[in-house]
Amino acid sequence: MSAVATRTLLELDDVSVEYALRDRVVRAVDGVSLSLAPGETLGIAGESGSGKSTLANAILQILKPPAQLAGGRVLFEGRDLAAMKPDELRRFRWRHVSLVFQSAMDVLNPVMRVGDQFVDMLKAHEKVKKADALQRAGDLFELVGIDRNRVRAYPHQLSGGMRQRVVIAMALALRPELIVLDEPTTALDVVVQREILQELQQLKDELGFAVIFITHDLSLLVEFSERIAIMYAGEVIELASGETLFRDPRHPYTVGLMRSFPPLTGPLERIAGIPGSPPDMAAPPSGCRFNPRCPHCDPTDARLYARQTDERPRLREIAPGHLVACHLVEERP
Amino acid sequence: MRWFLRRLLFYVFALWVAVSLNFLLPRLMPGDPVGGVLAHLSPAQIQSNPGIVQTYRDLLGGGKGSLGSEYVKYLGHVATFDFGISTSNYPSKVTEVIGRTLPYSIALVGVAFLLAFVLGIAIGMVAAWRRGGIVDNFVVPAMMSLGAFPAFFTSLVAVYFLGLKAGWFPIQHAYDSAVTPGFNWTFISSAVRHAELPVLIIMFVYAGGWVLNMRTVMINTIAEDYVAMAHAKGLSDTRVMTRYAGRNAILPPLNGFAAQFATAVGGLVFIEFVFSYPGAGLTLQQAALGADYPLTQALLLVFAVTVIVANFIMDIANFVLDPRVRTG
Repeated sequence: MSAVATRTLLELDDVSVEYALRDRVVRAVDGVSLSLAPGETLGIAGESGSGKSTLANAILQILKPPAQLAGGRVLFEGRDLAAMKPDELRRFRWRHVSLVFQSAMDVLNPVMRVGDQFVDMLKAHEKVKKADALQRAGDLFELVGIDRNRVRAYPHQLSGGMRQRVVIAMALALRPELIVLDEPTTALDVVVQREILQELQQLKDELGFAVIFITHDLSLLVEFSERIAIMYAGEVIELASGETLFRDPRHPYTVGLMRSFPPLTGPLERIAGIPGSPPDMAAPPSGCRFNPRCPHCDPTDARLYARQTDERPRLREIAPGHLVACHLVEERP
Repeated sequence: MRWFLRRLLFYVFALWVAVSLNFLLPRLMPGDPVGGVLAHLSPAQIQSNPGIVQTYRDLLGGGKGSLGSEYVKYLGHVATFDFGISTSNYPSKVTEVIGRTLPYSIALVGVAFLLAFVLGIAIGMVAAWRRGGIVDNFVVPAMMSLGAFPAFFTSLVAVYFLGLKAGWFPIQHAYDSAVTPGFNWTFISSAVRHAELPVLIIMFVYAGGWVLNMRTVMINTIAEDYVAMAHAKGLSDTRVMTRYAGRNAILPPLNGFAAQFATAVGGLVFIEFVFSYPGAGLTLQQAALGADYPLTQALLLVFAVTVIVANFIMDIANFVLDPRVRTG
């Protein structure tokens, strides 16, 4: 793997996150291991409830109770975030990893001017005068294509696209090494969506930060990510370059995902989708979590069926840089 | 600005409704209010105040004119603050009686309620922020149980133990009987000293409600994405709690505050009774029991105006604190 040769920026080592509810424990992220090189773009895709956003919160250690890190380590440049002291962790956030949240509409404090929310953040990390901080906010606004006078606006005076740009400007402000984009454009219309992503790509090329791009829109990922991790029921079930995944998806779930959006070129096919719905995470199916929905899971091959329903498939490298967790792929390569 | 004018117009209308209802109410009462009022004055008292009967008729009804012309005369009296003589406080004018009781009520209730609000908000905020923490588990139930006792009971217990037994606080009146009211240090310090215990009691009786109110709103606010974002931005815990969560959570309780404050100016009879405090609530009670209709009528009007003014102030506070109101 090429990541071995280069420096590792972020490493998730067997990360699990649990929601401790009153009567049961729900494991939303279960043993996820991923690594990211500086400047790399890693896409994470999966259905709603597959644990993508929870994973994003775990990376910044901002899990809110009842969610908590139940196991594994999050290493940033080799440092274990869970071992940091609260104030150290506070200063780490945003300085090294920033997060563009899912809901641009709701992440800005409605009763504060957006400029002041900038100032707040800058002041938390460095000694800076308010006027200088506002100046920098203005510069960043221009960088993401907003009039610099908008620092005086309140969130409700901005359109959805502008608000998302404000959030992106904030995410860039401290020049972090990693920006986590958690469905950054779901609330926006398709045109604005594309504009913003292209601008982000440009900024990334200029500034060289790494990106973790979380979305359920696989078509966006294939376009913008170098590697893509597919998550299902809290686990990574396939990991490969965007190109490989697009050309040769191996996990039946990935195959289903790929079929569930229409091709941009070529003849229109009937969109197949994936029958069934994601499992109840309080009581996930035994064996492969995808087995109840898997088209290749049938009792005729009794031995394989037993493995599929009893044994958890492990993520294995089937080709350089292409990892799949599937019994079927293991037995019939 | 247009928002401001619209609100102002609304309050002018509300004021007109209050004034007009105050005109109609005694006229809808069975019997003859003016006759009842005059029964409390001796013929000599009536003789020495020429025109008093006419004033009562204009204000309370029973005159010979049409409703329209009476309304005009009534408005004239209201506009010049001429509510006649208070029969239960003869020979004081109604305005004098109100003038020497209402300021105490407003000051007492104002200070005490403001403190109760601040205390309740602070406790509610911290309790929600650290759910299941010390404040949430001990202070909140303590405040709740204080508020759950009947207020007059709490006052009597406090007066007995803190005032009579311990002797820490004066137990009655608004100021020492040896001082004369006036704008000087002796009077003000005496008034403050006498207000201490009532203020403390009101504060602890009423803070519990705000604790619960704030705690509930705050719990919802904490779940907002902008609070998570504030954390992710690397802000300190206290800053997120006050500037992002608390700052937003305070808006709904603040609106309830106006309504409660306004009703309390006329409604804290229990505390005025226990402390023999010369407030407007006790005055109203005595006026009503003594069939002192002129005083009752004027006090009811004053309370209505208090409600309107309090709401107007709250509107302005909202305008300042919530930018969405300004454009909404």
